[in-house]
Amino acid sequence: MSVLVNKNSRVIVQGFTGSEGSFHAGQMIEYGTQVVGGVTPGKGGTQHLDCPVFNTVAQAVAATGANVSIIFVPPAFAADAIMEAADSGIEVIICITEGIPVQDMVKVKEFIKGKNTRLIGPNCPGVITPEEAKVGIMPGFIFKKGTIGIVSKSGTLTYEAADQIAKAGLGISTAIGIGGDPIIGTTTKEAVELLMNDNETEGIVMIGEIGGNLEAEAARWIRDNGNKKPVVGFIAGQTAPKGKRMGHAGAIIGGAEDTAEAKMRIMQECGITVVKSPAEIGITMKKVLQS
Amino acid sequence: MNLHEYQAKSILKKYGVAVPRGYVANTLEEAREAIQKLAQETGSPKCVVKAQIHAGGRGKGGGVKLANNADEAFTHASNILGMQLVTAQTGPEGKKVRTLLIEENVYQPGELPPKEFYISILLDRSRAQNLVMASAEGGMNIEEVAHKTPEKILKEWIDPRVGLQDFQARRIAFGLGLEGNGFREGVAFIKALYKAYIESDALLVEINPMLRTSDNRILAADAKINLDDNALFRHKDLAEMRDIYEEDPLEVEAKASDLNYVKLEGNVGCMVNGAGLAMATMDIIKLSGGEPANFLDVGGGANAQTVEAGFRIILKDPNVKAILINIFGGIVRCDRVANGIVEAYKKVGNIPVPIIVRLQGTNAAEGAKVIDESGLKVYSAITLEQAAQKVREVLG
Repeated sequence: MSVLVNKNSRVIVQGFTGSEGSFHAGQMIEYGTQVVGGVTPGKGGTQHLDCPVFNTVAQAVAATGANVSIIFVPPAFAADAIMEAADSGIEVIICITEGIPVQDMVKVKEFIKGKNTRLIGPNCPGVITPEEAKVGIMPGFIFKKGTIGIVSKSGTLTYEAADQIAKAGLGISTAIGIGGDPIIGTTTKEAVELLMNDNETEGIVMIGEIGGNLEAEAARWIRDNGNKKPVVGFIAGQTAPKGKRMGHAGAIIGGAEDTAEAKMRIMQECGITVVKSPAEIGITMKKVLQS
Repeated sequence: MNLHEYQAKSILKKYGVAVPRGYVANTLEEAREAIQKLAQETGSPKCVVKAQIHAGGRGKGGGVKLANNADEAFTHASNILGMQLVTAQTGPEGKKVRTLLIEENVYQPGELPPKEFYISILLDRSRAQNLVMASAEGGMNIEEVAHKTPEKILKEWIDPRVGLQDFQARRIAFGLGLEGNGFREGVAFIKALYKAYIESDALLVEINPMLRTSDNRILAADAKINLDDNALFRHKDLAEMRDIYEEDPLEVEAKASDLNYVKLEGNVGCMVNGAGLAMATMDIIKLSGGEPANFLDVGGGANAQTVEAGFRIILKDPNVKAILINIFGGIVRCDRVANGIVEAYKKVGNIPVPIIVRLQGTNAAEGAKVIDESGLKVYSAITLEQAAQKVREVLG
């Protein structure tokens, strides 16, 4: 089954003709993702990468039946792009853009409430269902097909985990990069829930960071729902100082509850197998699946 | 981005938040003028001399002094300006005071005893909404109040569709026990504060204390504003308020090279692509018996120029005994990254500490080969575990 994206996903690219959009759209097409078109206001009616370009998302949806959008629009215009996609009936919106102002995201969150749409990101690597669809910027070949779902706030750490899982003889059902911003569309808990309900997923890797309470919320949900599938967790930033932003806009320790230590303790208490070292994600997943 | 108190107050004033009258001084000459001008304006020789640094606890550290007359004020100014101010938040080396705020003393005896309140506006990440928090326990550490007596904190979440509503401002003002003119000014104060928060794209506006004066007026006695770096592109005037003296010099240099660097206290430097992997690499260093000397995300590129800039910044930290480079080559191939590292190494020349290069991903084996055959004092690793082992070895 897999989640969010699969071989039937019809994908449009917002910010299609820009350099980032062009490069990654090319990579996605090469991977086998069904890219059906793109949107760049003012360039409608032209062709790019052998796909039609539209002025608006609504036109793109009407002409192509697109149901997934990936956004490479610069930060100042990205919130607007997300809302346009949501308003045009796109079911899954994946926003790669890093650096969107927080107050813009407060408005976006409110705007998409109650609409039939799911936002992934922003500031994320995207989503991949191996051998079906890559809707993101990740190197596709690292993600071998299999039964482990990944939920992660970090891009390269997701690649690291996927690589370790492959080396442990396992593979990925769907990997979801949820993003490292303070406000994101799909929370850790929501992404974990998708994978818990996916019959192709047998185990879940949950990668978090310092800052916020998303991991604690997910851990409690996992416990309250009976720990149906084994979950291996890692929290980056065990050595991060308080009050300093570590690269990601959301990665900042505010109080005692959002340190790596506190999150790891809560996850452990909720029955998640927590690894201290990021080098042990793959082998630990193999072990918990065997036991 | 953090602001100084005087900068925060200048923004607040623009939005109609009442602040004490005051003048800024960067030199003693300016301080003398400020003291004079303020006395003329207020009709009182009494004032407060406040050190402007980005750290709390200034009063306890001796950076805030009351003066009864102009001579006293000038003496305080000459003592504070240029001093190395140590507070609970500055670390033992303290921070040099380069600017003073000379303000009227708003704590005057009168009809009512002056009373301090706490109020702040910030983002509640879990609800994705802005939140106004207030407490009648002003002047105190709010985290302590929140922990010990959470019922004493008033909270109003703001609906993003309509913003702060009057009833919410009233609820806070009544909740704080304000009355009469103090109540009316309090409501206006809260509404102006919210406007300032939203329109300047702040992540935090904190007034501690918000003061009710003896003649029942409401003022921001202190002010702290933290702005959203990602929104500075639409606030050129606010972006100019950045004070690089308040930042670590290495962090300033890194920013100029487009590197995301945070200075830490440890002995093993690191250079990584991606923020999450960078934090995880710091954790690996710790698990291997070292302490991370920095956070450094070189981004997706990881080419010879960025690696060279990274080397130069890390090597300026005298505590660094080894460097771990950890690159997950996805779309960038590891052999290209390896060549970039070798090129950067040769350009920097004579690097006195061992370097461990862990390259994983596309062409990892070819990358390791480039490193091994470079003839430089560089060790290669492919898995994270191997990298951790190498760190252990070089630290001995």
